[in-house]
Amino acid sequence: MGVEGIGARVVRKEDKRFITGKGRYVDDIKLMGMTHAHFIRSPHAHAKVKKIDSSAALKMPGVVAVLTGQQIVDDKVGNLICGWAITSKDGSPMKMGAWPAMAPETVRFVGQAVAVVIAESKNLARDAAEAVVVDYEELPAVADVHAAIKSGAPQLHPEAPGNQVYDWVIGDEGATDAAFAKAANVVKLDVTNNRLAPNAMEPRAAIADYDAAEEHFTLYTTSQNPHVARLVLSAFYNIAPEHKLRVIAPDVGGGFGSKIFIYPEEMVALWASKKVGRPVKWTGDRTEAFLTDAHGRDHVTHAEMAFDANNKITGFKVKTYANFGAYMSLFSSSVPTYLYATLLSGQYNIPAIHAEVIGVYTNTTPVDAYRGAGRPEASYLIERLMETAARQLKVDPAELRRTNFITQFPHQTPVIMAYDTGDFNASLDAAMKAIDYAGFPARKAQAKSQGKLRGIGVSCYIEACGIAPSKAVGSLGAGVGLWESAEVRVNPVGTIEILTGSHSHGQGHETTFCQLVAERLGVPVSQVSIVHGDTDKVQFGMGTYGSRSAAVGLTAILKAMEKMESKAKKIAAHALEASEADIVIENGEFKVTGTDKAIALPMVALAAYTAHNLPDGMEPGLKESAFYDPTNFTFPAGTYICEVEVDPGTGKTSFVNFVAADDFGRLINPMIVEGQVHGGLVQGIGQALLEHAIYDANGQPVTASFMDYAMPRADDVPSFNLSHTTTLCPGNPLGIKGCGEAGAIGASAAVINAITDAIGKNNLEMPATPDRVWRTIHAA
Amino acid sequence: MYQTTYHRASSVDEAVSLFGESSEAKFLAGGQTLLPVMKQRLASPSDVIDLGKIKELQGVELSGDTLTIKAATTYYDIMTNADVKKAIPAIAHLTSVLGDPAVRYRGTIGGSIANNDPAADFPAALLALGATVKTNKRSIAAEDFFQGLFSTALEDGELITAVSFPVPAKAGYEKMRHPASRFALTGVFVAQTKSGEVRVAATGASQSGVMRVPAIEAALKSNWSPSAIDGVAISANGLLADIHGTAEYRANLIKVMAQRAVSAAG
Repeated sequence: MGVEGIGARVVRKEDKRFITGKGRYVDDIKLMGMTHAHFIRSPHAHAKVKKIDSSAALKMPGVVAVLTGQQIVDDKVGNLICGWAITSKDGSPMKMGAWPAMAPETVRFVGQAVAVVIAESKNLARDAAEAVVVDYEELPAVADVHAAIKSGAPQLHPEAPGNQVYDWVIGDEGATDAAFAKAANVVKLDVTNNRLAPNAMEPRAAIADYDAAEEHFTLYTTSQNPHVARLVLSAFYNIAPEHKLRVIAPDVGGGFGSKIFIYPEEMVALWASKKVGRPVKWTGDRTEAFLTDAHGRDHVTHAEMAFDANNKITGFKVKTYANFGAYMSLFSSSVPTYLYATLLSGQYNIPAIHAEVIGVYTNTTPVDAYRGAGRPEASYLIERLMETAARQLKVDPAELRRTNFITQFPHQTPVIMAYDTGDFNASLDAAMKAIDYAGFPARKAQAKSQGKLRGIGVSCYIEACGIAPSKAVGSLGAGVGLWESAEVRVNPVGTIEILTGSHSHGQGHETTFCQLVAERLGVPVSQVSIVHGDTDKVQFGMGTYGSRSAAVGLTAILKAMEKMESKAKKIAAHALEASEADIVIENGEFKVTGTDKAIALPMVALAAYTAHNLPDGMEPGLKESAFYDPTNFTFPAGTYICEVEVDPGTGKTSFVNFVAADDFGRLINPMIVEGQVHGGLVQGIGQALLEHAIYDANGQPVTASFMDYAMPRADDVPSFNLSHTTTLCPGNPLGIKGCGEAGAIGASAAVINAITDAIGKNNLEMPATPDRVWRTIHAA
Repeated sequence: MYQTTYHRASSVDEAVSLFGESSEAKFLAGGQTLLPVMKQRLASPSDVIDLGKIKELQGVELSGDTLTIKAATTYYDIMTNADVKKAIPAIAHLTSVLGDPAVRYRGTIGGSIANNDPAADFPAALLALGATVKTNKRSIAAEDFFQGLFSTALEDGELITAVSFPVPAKAGYEKMRHPASRFALTGVFVAQTKSGEVRVAATGASQSGVMRVPAIEAALKSNWSPSAIDGVAISANGLLADIHGTAEYRANLIKVMAQRAVSAAG
């Protein structure tokens, strides 16, 4: 490893601009003649739009236009799509209602846009929006998943009778039933996975700029995947063909999944820009973020696990109701199916699994992928169930897990996934040692003598990351391929630009991706730039989500680097009058091995571009590209253990210790990996203790501001004790598994297991607020 | 935010006279409630009169057994003031758990009590300590000043200039923080005056705003100790209930916070 190569704690290159206020976000961009959009949003969870009267607003100063849902439908802008087809158990395709970018006839959640005001300033647009009179006829609404599937419930979409999108199954039901028939013990659990609002620090924003002469659009947007945005906007929404649409995602302040999707506001901005003939800017405020950014989680599940007399799991049955909100967001259908139920084997050898997932419409904000996307729900369910089983079977929770660990790899689970490698005992051992698991009973007794309830909770998670390969996800219904592309440009003076389809919105790609180049060429990272986030610069890319940027995106860069190096070696060999096979690359030089003959990278680059003395038949230039499609998912895994103390007087939980032992395969920059784990753990703890997006029975959001929705703050979480155990991923040449979501996937079960251990009662839903914990302690 | 006219007053007289000249003015005393509400377009004052630079509204004075905090003194300045820490450390502690650092640098005692949010911290201190609210017109006993949710004895255009607290024999404040807003989910201020009177006030708990808790006062009067409160029954009737705490939970918190406040008071 060089000082800036793979494994080095290189300080993040991008932080200079971020921490000095020089980041360039969508809202920082101002175009000549730019207008401002303000959306008129439904205050009702379910209503008919009878009439929109914009006559008064149109007379107000600075108002350019008021555009309605009917107009966008009349102009044949496409309805929003869901990009992953799911087939119900009866063979029928999923049942989807239409989702126009602004509602022409019916609104189905609070915050759905019905019209937009375009004005000379943001404030004027907002003033005018207050003068637009929308006549609604309220309809009965339903927000709760169980209420929505009852007969007689308000119906959202005629296409989906009973509000049911699909009833999907996976696994072998007969084999699972047989396992339960022979079981020595059956453990049952009902859990709710609470709905979360993602709350990226930067709210969503878009600027659309239509060039009438070229019939060309430019869209600046807060996207995790600008190429996917362009593809969807072109192929499905009739905005413009791809070569007439440039999508730029500049600095983006966090996504956590919520910025994967193409939202109505971007579509409206593009359409409106052409209609008014001027650039249109929209920047969401925090209330709009709460109301319209796709929410996460929201499952209600009943599960049963069968054990034999030796406490070996023999079968696992799961029935989950997934709340999709009012419309099917871009990847929503895949989250509670292929990203959830395929992980139900956890770290355990389970011979038979059967899961049924019922997707349900409600009058709430659409739900889609949020950090972890399905895998936190799976991990939480399994790990709560393992803890419940240990308590019921009266065995140590760590030992019960160890008894059931998968130890032979590769391992084919009964739910599609084939785990390639791992060492679950190693991470469990590391975490138990780090927290002094053996010493816990003594600490519990000591705490008890001081009137405190001490508990410990284990969570052994596994996730499937790098979402791939394309052929496999295609066979499961994905509408896109899930590879990544890269281009390596060596400039004539020897500096290097890496173009990647992996967008960076907090992950630190501008540093880690350079480290690969530093590792291979021995040049400082300062000589390397990362170019991303612009469809005019980068040819294509699938974007950043599912912890895929290093495992897939960086591997694509590696493939392009290998091609470039191969050509550069030929040039060097020619210049040095040596054999290509004898050329090695060290410290930015191409050397003839075993000699002092060498040529520096800039000279090789210059030779490539002057083309004065290249090998016969070689094209000038030094630029190579590659597409990389992995052979499998990657499987990061690990153990989290937390120790908490609960105050019986108030029900408040405080952390004594929190240890994480992760296996992410090879680490490129351990400092950045630790940051990712910290952030993920905080999100997992946030879900366990604080966060909950709540609706009342009529579909009115109760938590649409930070005064009511509790985001975790620094003093809500402990200092984390992190460590790594490593098995290299065999599926990619760098051995990388991915680290972006693990914390959010594994943490919440550890917290709830610890609290329920402390209070001696097993049933406790998230978030474990002090009020809820206190009532559980004192419940009869 | 709707259009408004901003004024920076340099004296109490000027602030009051500016107020009288405008149609729908609001005094700005830190703006930790007013400004977010204005940004959400839920308030539209024609004029905003900033009190933050008025010298005569700044500072703390300790004179004999009276601690006087001027109305536009920030929480941070109160928290770090040597006289406050010496005379009534419970007030310094209260400000240290009030909001977050950004709120403490901007928010003021006068702004807090004039707003009288039912979950604000300072009203509990004033009520329990038997403080007096000084305005540009008169003095008002804390008992008479707070009149229910977001309502006070202040008349239109009347400006708080200071709050004076009799220095108690013992005092303590403990609060369960609201997990999102960091107001008091329930906070209890206990005080024993130098004449032996016991006063206990709870904030964040009642549907009618800050309140005295006579049952706990009686228990502490006969025995100033946390255990004296063990047997006290607090009814959940009339208490707030929301997603962060049921009425029963808040009733429990009144007791638990009172016990901890007594422990802290010594």
